[in-house]
Amino acid sequence: MSTPSASPVPALVVDNLRKTYGNGVEALKGVSLTVQPGDFFALLGPNGAGKSTLIGILSSLVNSTGGDAQVFGVSVNKQRNEAMKLIGLVPQEINFNQFEKPFDICVNEAGFYGIPRKIAAERAEKYLKELRLWDKAHHQARMLSGGMKRRLMIARAMMNEPKLLILDEPTAGVDIEIRRSMWQFVSGINAAGTTVILTTHYLEEAEQLCRNIAIIDHGTIVENTTMKRLLAKLDSETFVLDVTVAPDQLPQLSDITLRRVDEHTLEAEMPRTSDLNALFAALTEHGIAVKSMRNKTNRLEELFVRLVENGREKAA
Amino acid sequence: MNNSLNMVALYTIVRREIARIMRIWTQTLIPPVITMTLYFVIFGKLIGSRIGTIEGGFTYIQYIVPGLVMMSIIQNSYGNISSSFFGAKFSRAVEEMLVSPMPNWVILLGYVIGAVVRGLAVGVLVLLVALFFTSLHLKHPLVTLLSVLFGATIFSLAGFINAVYAKKFDDIALVPTFIIAPLTYLGGVFYSIKMLGEPWQAISRINPILYMVNAFRFGVLGISDVGVVTAFTVMGLFIAVLSVIALQLLKRGVGLRS
Repeated sequence: MSTPSASPVPALVVDNLRKTYGNGVEALKGVSLTVQPGDFFALLGPNGAGKSTLIGILSSLVNSTGGDAQVFGVSVNKQRNEAMKLIGLVPQEINFNQFEKPFDICVNEAGFYGIPRKIAAERAEKYLKELRLWDKAHHQARMLSGGMKRRLMIARAMMNEPKLLILDEPTAGVDIEIRRSMWQFVSGINAAGTTVILTTHYLEEAEQLCRNIAIIDHGTIVENTTMKRLLAKLDSETFVLDVTVAPDQLPQLSDITLRRVDEHTLEAEMPRTSDLNALFAALTEHGIAVKSMRNKTNRLEELFVRLVENGREKAA
Repeated sequence: MNNSLNMVALYTIVRREIARIMRIWTQTLIPPVITMTLYFVIFGKLIGSRIGTIEGGFTYIQYIVPGLVMMSIIQNSYGNISSSFFGAKFSRAVEEMLVSPMPNWVILLGYVIGAVVRGLAVGVLVLLVALFFTSLHLKHPLVTLLSVLFGATIFSLAGFINAVYAKKFDDIALVPTFIIAPLTYLGGVFYSIKMLGEPWQAISRINPILYMVNAFRFGVLGISDVGVVTAFTVMGLFIAVLSVIALQLLKRGVGLRS
């Protein structure tokens, strides 16, 4: 007799998680969220919002004061060692011995998970090569650049081939080229089935990579939805137009607000329901030639700021 | 993790600790050998030759060699684990282990074995140097080996606890300077407590190092100020108590987890 197919066990269930530090700071005030297997999930929030505390509890570096979290159904509180087998962590701060060599750092990490040295050496070579660190594998880690050190932490986190990879601001202070190569690597890992949770201050990064998102502020989740639904909430957008000459007298449009920034730049704020044709038609009629245009800010950034500010106004 | 996985993890920590000892051998292995050579020259040869025979017909240098070897084992086991574990805390590299599925006892045992290995390595080197100054024949090899292992383990555990509590490098220098060094010098390394009157003889018996030095001296020379069974009982108790404290600290995450 066939049984009905059960819904997959979530990659992560955070249930009413609380953390109050010894100095009385309440970093998490009952956070709950669910991440589905295979997801690429963004956990965003301003500095001090509680992101790192949440990640610290998931990786057992921080003891919670209430609630629990389950990684693929395994309780972090009750079955810590089993839960840790499923997680790979890329922390915000560099946390390896800088006098050791990247190859040894990776092989030792695997050893802590009980992975035999032969397999560990093969994996270390694989991931150091994929992250373009193989030529530095046998140099002291302190000789690596900042971007290389961050990539080394990703390689290290992959040594136990985790089902859930948590990246806590992995691209902080990394140049755009290396950042893109890191995105490419992590996207590949995600495509291969690893669930990824990403915290970042580069919201463009989150918008491009993540399918679902939670925004945390002052220890509470202020938004938890899909990236598409969140972006759909954006009711207006602002474009920056580079023009040949920006006249003092600008065309008046019913639902578009035009502002002159300088003699070659205009800003147009318009509802997402409006089309750009009306704007271009009006500009053409006034003899204003548009050379190029771009979004004033990243769309997610606009929403992020609004959500956080709304939350603070409510709290006040 | 099951036992075979735990053994891989344990092997990883021990291997890493030994690699560290070998990487900085000029700091870990050479200085104690130089210091002890000076002790042998000054206290053993120059001053010792004027003292003549001490207990059991042994020359003074023969008498102090076991104490000095045990002293170097104790200091180096303690120094190894306190600096290595605190260094891992300071650089946050300890988080590599804390986020892994390794049980706490594996972390503790791995660091203790690493520290005992350093203590043994230094002990062997110092003993080899001692042979340039005097002749020695191990009277009870098994007692010698066990006393070294017990002594090194006790001070490895103590060094680990010190490193857990330490917040800055100064904190791991305080205990060796203000506690271990005085206890060592008053622990019968250079003299027999039988030479002391009461109450100093009774007070000396509170010092755990006395039991380690004398158990080792019994192993090497066959003479001791305390009973060997008593010495091993005291050392066993210290190991048990310190192990429980260290494991409790790891469980509660004192100084390691927020």
